[in-house]
Amino acid sequence: MAEPNSGRRGSLKLYLGYAAGVGKTFQMLADGHAAHERGADVAIGYFEPHARPDTIAQAETLGHVPRRKVEYRGRAFEDMDTQAILERHPEIVLVDELAHTNVPGSERNKRWEDVQALLDAGIEVWATMNVQHIESLNDQVWQITGIRVRETVPDWIIKQAGEIVAIDVTPEALLNRLKRGAVYGPQMAQKALEGFFRESNLGALREMTLRQAAHEVDARQAAYDETTAPPDTIPNIGNEKVPELARERILVHVTADPSAAMLIRRGRRVADYLQGECVVVYVHRTPVFADVPTDERAKVEKHLAFARNLRIQTEVIQGRDISETVVEFAHRHQVTQIFVARSHRHLWDGLRRGNYVEEIVRLAHDFQVTVVADRSRRQVS
Amino acid sequence: MRRLQAERSRAERARLKIFLGYAPGVGKSYRMLDEACRRLSRGEDVVVGAVQEKQSEDVQALLCKLDLLPMAEFPEGHALDVPAVLARRPQVCVVDPLAFQNPPGSKNLYRWQDVLDLLEGGVSILTGLNLLHVEELSKKVEVVTGKCATDTVPKSFLLAADEIVIVDVPPDLALSRLGEKLTSVGISNERERQLSELRELALLLTAEVVEAQLIHYLREHGIEPLAGMQERFLLCLTPCASAKAMIESGKRNKDRFQGELFAVYVRPPENSEEERAAIRTYLAMAREAGATVEVLDSSDPTSAIVEFARQKCITQIFIGHSSRKSWQDRIFGDPVQKLIRAAEGIDVRVFPH
Repeated sequence: MAEPNSGRRGSLKLYLGYAAGVGKTFQMLADGHAAHERGADVAIGYFEPHARPDTIAQAETLGHVPRRKVEYRGRAFEDMDTQAILERHPEIVLVDELAHTNVPGSERNKRWEDVQALLDAGIEVWATMNVQHIESLNDQVWQITGIRVRETVPDWIIKQAGEIVAIDVTPEALLNRLKRGAVYGPQMAQKALEGFFRESNLGALREMTLRQAAHEVDARQAAYDETTAPPDTIPNIGNEKVPELARERILVHVTADPSAAMLIRRGRRVADYLQGECVVVYVHRTPVFADVPTDERAKVEKHLAFARNLRIQTEVIQGRDISETVVEFAHRHQVTQIFVARSHRHLWDGLRRGNYVEEIVRLAHDFQVTVVADRSRRQVS
Repeated sequence: MRRLQAERSRAERARLKIFLGYAPGVGKSYRMLDEACRRLSRGEDVVVGAVQEKQSEDVQALLCKLDLLPMAEFPEGHALDVPAVLARRPQVCVVDPLAFQNPPGSKNLYRWQDVLDLLEGGVSILTGLNLLHVEELSKKVEVVTGKCATDTVPKSFLLAADEIVIVDVPPDLALSRLGEKLTSVGISNERERQLSELRELALLLTAEVVEAQLIHYLREHGIEPLAGMQERFLLCLTPCASAKAMIESGKRNKDRFQGELFAVYVRPPENSEEERAAIRTYLAMAREAGATVEVLDSSDPTSAIVEFARQKCITQIFIGHSSRKSWQDRIFGDPVQKLIRAAEGIDVRVFPH
């Protein structure tokens, strides 16, 4: 990433919630208002126009950077005007809905990319998002709610934040707000109650938010300890530094199979929790990658791009025997764990190829093999 | 008779809502009283039974809007006046703080027992609680802060609450409300570092309560919860595979994921003294590592393990792999392969021999 020319990069603060109406924006504006009272230069970069009345009241005391009007396919849209914010250059800018996708034709695809530009310019950014938009949680959210969230934010953005605030409200209170019409209009509210806003969904997402926030708080303690503690000391309870040798290195073996996305997300998540590293490997048996059939190659390239977007190193290697090549690579790179997908293939295929999972397990002497569960939808309510 | 029924349904409707904070200054009292005022404005009959002595201006402004009931006076202090609240029969009563030791002469030793009396009498409760006062956590908090709480509330009380909400703010903001200078985003000094640790404990405690409520809700609706949000690790111990690495890894994973650790041994109908000795050592090691250990009797290990895993909402199974194949394995198939096939929806981590 390019070094900002103004010197220090801005810091990022995230308000993390689990649904519309939990009060993320309200809290962000209230904090913004308090900062303004203390004399900070606070501006609203973007907040949802469909906001709730008491939220709008909060926003009125703060300065707005006007939204950018965009036309797309004959319809008018409004988006955050990043350029105007950069010119205005407030000390702190408030940005709603970090996971938002910009109107096609905008300078950047995603709002989180706009936020990167603001941070690079040395502006402090406060932003809101829901837990279900975290990329590595995508499969778990799908498993529990049956909803495939399309707009996601890569995990490294969350890690980048200097501070995460959990916005908590009980599902009971949230459902009351919804029924009173404080979140959506009546039609939308009814739809919401039958779908995403079912009590079991809300409970699960809420737990996810709290656990994620706890993890983020823990990670920031460890980072603080690393900067302050002299080497060779164990700084504080429960946060021992991981010695370099014990560092977990996860190899995610992907194929063209769609399960690769799920494997990559899980690999990212486990590596982050274990403070380890992650590498994604694809093995082709053809002499060069370009000889892999176009259809398969396109799928693999999509998976590799997805991994790189999550800041995971990717490797494309050649080998006659896939299991042997993966295991050999793992040995050479001090891998501690290999992630593979559960095989969906039939018996005849197993006989032909030998069982791939069994083969890897047999060859793996000094590392573990994790057969990752297919987190497709299993829990219905 | 009808009145009695009305009374009973009223009692059933009485709800307990706890506002949990990790330290003073996070804004529990404000959030709670703000809710009390909003309920009042929506037509609910709200009273204040007890409040903290020192209050910020914001909180005082909210208190002005509410009906404050006098406390019961005793020679050595005051207490929540339970009979007076019950006689007044409000819908909602604010009780802050929840952790409080009543003076001698009161009916109950602790205020949380007063709250139970009010709930039984059909009064819903809004109450504030500081992490320091959760009995099971007070030792941990004491290690971090050096502060020791005498007036505590048992965790079971929190688990039984209808609603619990955490009031989460960054440590620097909490400190600034207590008059300290506001620092930049993130942890800036030792004091904030210390509070951050309490904050983590409070978030995890709330998550635990939320999960318990969720599992209860799902089971009540006839749904067997399969995958929790909490990572749960299951170690499958056998006398032959070397379990040491697996147990160590299980402990580390449990700590890093802030999850739960289980270990099972499926005891076959017969085994040798040698095997029994080996497994005893492993089970002791697993217990030492903080695992909940169970011995299952079954001649079908795969089914026994998977059934146990489903019951405990396990997310990852750890199993050892032996490179030697017995004649049974050759006939009936490799047990690891069988487990991988049967444990759909669960990660299976194979440890080499």
